[in-house]
Amino acid sequence: MAEATIPSPASTTAPGAAPPDERRGLGGGALLAWLFLLPAVVMLGVLVAYPIVWTFVRSLFGADGWSDFAGLGNYQDLFTDDDTFTALKNNLIWVLVVPAVVTALGLVFAVLTERVRFATAFKLVVFMPMAVSMLAAGITFRLVYDRDPDKGAANAAIVSVHDAFSGGAPYPGARPRPNAGLDAEGGGFVTKAAYSAGASVTLPLVALPPDKMPSDARPAAAPAAAGGGLSGVVWLDFSPGNAGTPGKVDPGEKGLPGVRVEAVRDGHTVASATTAADGSFRIPDRAVAGGGVQLRLAEGNFAKSFGGYDWLGPNLVTGAIIGAYVWMWAGFAMVLIAAGLAAIPRDALEAARVDGATEGQVFRRVTVPLLAPVLVVVMVTLIINVLKVFDLVYIISLGSSQKEANVLALQMYLASFGGGDNQGLGSAIGIVLFLLVLPAMLFNIRRFRKENR
Amino acid sequence: MRRVVGALAAVSLLALGLGACSDDDGGGKSDTPSAGAPSGGGPSVALPDLKGTTVQVAAVWTGDEQASFKKVLAEFEKRTGAKTEYVPTGDSAATFLGQRVEGNAPPDVAFLAQPGALTQFAQKGWIKPLASDVQQTVQQNFSTQWQTLATNDGKLYGVYYKAANKSLVWYNAKVFGNAGAAEPKTWDDLLKTAGLVSDSGTPPFATGGADGWVLTDWFENVYLSQAGPDMYDKLAKHQIPWTDPSVAQALQTLAQVWGKGDWFPGGTGGALQTEFPASVPQVFGDTPKAGMLPGADFVGTNIIKDTKAKIGQDAKFFGFPAVGTGKPPVVTGGDVAVAMKDSPGAMALLKFLATTDAAQIWAQQGGYMSPNKNLDFASYHDDATRAIAQNLIAAGDGFRFDMSDQAPSAFGGTKGEGEWRDLQDFLRNPSDVQGAQAKLEADAAKAFGSG
Repeated sequence: MAEATIPSPASTTAPGAAPPDERRGLGGGALLAWLFLLPAVVMLGVLVAYPIVWTFVRSLFGADGWSDFAGLGNYQDLFTDDDTFTALKNNLIWVLVVPAVVTALGLVFAVLTERVRFATAFKLVVFMPMAVSMLAAGITFRLVYDRDPDKGAANAAIVSVHDAFSGGAPYPGARPRPNAGLDAEGGGFVTKAAYSAGASVTLPLVALPPDKMPSDARPAAAPAAAGGGLSGVVWLDFSPGNAGTPGKVDPGEKGLPGVRVEAVRDGHTVASATTAADGSFRIPDRAVAGGGVQLRLAEGNFAKSFGGYDWLGPNLVTGAIIGAYVWMWAGFAMVLIAAGLAAIPRDALEAARVDGATEGQVFRRVTVPLLAPVLVVVMVTLIINVLKVFDLVYIISLGSSQKEANVLALQMYLASFGGGDNQGLGSAIGIVLFLLVLPAMLFNIRRFRKENR
Repeated sequence: MRRVVGALAAVSLLALGLGACSDDDGGGKSDTPSAGAPSGGGPSVALPDLKGTTVQVAAVWTGDEQASFKKVLAEFEKRTGAKTEYVPTGDSAATFLGQRVEGNAPPDVAFLAQPGALTQFAQKGWIKPLASDVQQTVQQNFSTQWQTLATNDGKLYGVYYKAANKSLVWYNAKVFGNAGAAEPKTWDDLLKTAGLVSDSGTPPFATGGADGWVLTDWFENVYLSQAGPDMYDKLAKHQIPWTDPSVAQALQTLAQVWGKGDWFPGGTGGALQTEFPASVPQVFGDTPKAGMLPGADFVGTNIIKDTKAKIGQDAKFFGFPAVGTGKPPVVTGGDVAVAMKDSPGAMALLKFLATTDAAQIWAQQGGYMSPNKNLDFASYHDDATRAIAQNLIAAGDGFRFDMSDQAPSAFGGTKGEGEWRDLQDFLRNPSDVQGAQAKLEADAAKAFGSG
């Protein structure tokens, strides 16, 4: 429609026909033109112009409707409200990251698929997510990002890779009994006191899941003070109901075999020992000879198994949702760019190759510049799309991280209908969102005009 | 009351399903609930003859619950000769009913789940006060507190027909056995028990912190027991601010549990990523990841549906323990029946729903608890429900309705907002009691101000 109403240079320089004829024809024609335009104008007026004006007017009123004139109060609320600020910030992240990443991915896919044999099949696969509804994609990705590696694919992959490179600790999660004289140090524990030769040390641990108790563990025995050296016992100081005396080896409590105990003096490990099946260990004479040592149970004994990341936690949630969005839209960018690629004159590429340009140079110096108009279209379309993203954020974020994932479109919905029921504030957010999309729209319109000239 | 009970609630669901298949056309067969009926078979109240009229009932129940409730309606049809028509409202009953009123076609009787909705409907004139004979029946059978909840501006509007008990702590019997733990009676005991379970190598608590309402239930139980019912009412109406010292005390008490990272599987960060349905298998799944799950009676339904644990053997529960010098709390939810038309059929149905006979029909099928204090506990389908119902009735007028359900939904009922979100923030950072209070108060002021 924009084209129709703008007098183009072509029409003013229209050659030929007699002026009076044209003027008369134009008069009648203008009326006729307006008549034909009327349905479209009415539709646009009702569906676009009227809602925009109405939203703006509504944004000047408070939650209670027309009786509650707020002036620019809603806009003031909007820019002082933490939630809206987070939403604005996230929108900025989305706009900076998503169009660039999606376009880059699309470009790579498009260029590479030109070279492979099953290009159509590949394109089909990459494009397929576009056919999935946002709702379905959201629900799927919520499962993918589940924290439990047994359910969430993302964590399952990361955990299995991690576990392939590092074995688990023998006693994950175990910790010393409180007040047993052991302090946490890093992931391990170290005794407060220093012990000298002849001492016997008890190192009681608790909080070991029953299924982690090794089958070869034998009942622990209180170590006898031995002449020379240093002896001790590491055992699971737990019996049902905490029946025994905490910190004492009670009948039935089992030793923990295979725990690495280090003797530390002035921060240096001077000797180490590994516990036997009944949990007993002995630090040799020579280590203790030079004075008292502290005993350390190293982190390697207790490191908890790696459980993956909190994808939907406050820190990662926006990134996680962006990942889902990129998955959906990479295909869109690829298809548009591939179409642009097909229109590039082959001789330009070949000329470059003949002149000795490498493939990389051809891509950077010839393909990309020739593709620039298409890339701009893709970017701008994505910017507009990204600014109004709503569904993925609403569906994927959890109640505990929704605020951190918030974007303006979602905040607009929440303010208007999500409990707050303040449609004035919602309208104000809508207007702000409209103003943000406007530059991208104007840019697009100007470019269309330029192209048609 | 807090004795552990053994029963297979699974059977209740089975029986319920079978019942639904065999008896759809109600009135035809005689399945009078005679066995334990207090009146010895005859109807306990006089109901008018309503031949030729149709009574439309709207409620949220679907599936098994709908089938059970239809049996209640069938008995009503038999006694009055009226026809009944059941309309499911979908999840947002208030919106559904609002649209029906605007369309000039309200149902005769509707069930509301929030006291706030009853107040709102009464103020708009959408619901009718109970006739005097219905009021009498209600007064005979319900404690004052249930009547107060259904009262607006001095007029009694509704009959609480179905109740939920949100003051339970479910636990895995095997985990408790391993730890040598016993059911605690007080909050201090609960902390000791939790420490013991933790020492035994299993995190003591699971909680669905990703769902805000799970956390408001924790808070409400602690607050009701610690600060007492009067303060609870004031806070529910926002007559005292959330910055009140009593709130600080309750949050500090909660922090005794929420502040212990290793008391939850995956730490509190893990709890915040767990939604309620996922928290149940954490305790009752094949490899339990936690020992206890504070929650409502409907946790039992999830146990049956999502795990192999048997209620009464593997899965047991105790009442939420008393905090400080207070009584053990009883926080409830419930569905109230209201008349949206001033028709004789509507009043007759409300009167019938207020009787023990009506309560008994559903009680015998399982999955139901009645706030009717005169209902014989023997009517209940299984021991677990019986024990929970006894706990509820024994509270007399000391129970309180879920606080967040009484608040405007912007504060007490919206994902990621208001109290839900503020308590999630508090679970994330339990040392900041003052900050949490300030945020709660700011959100409450905003919601109560505009609501």
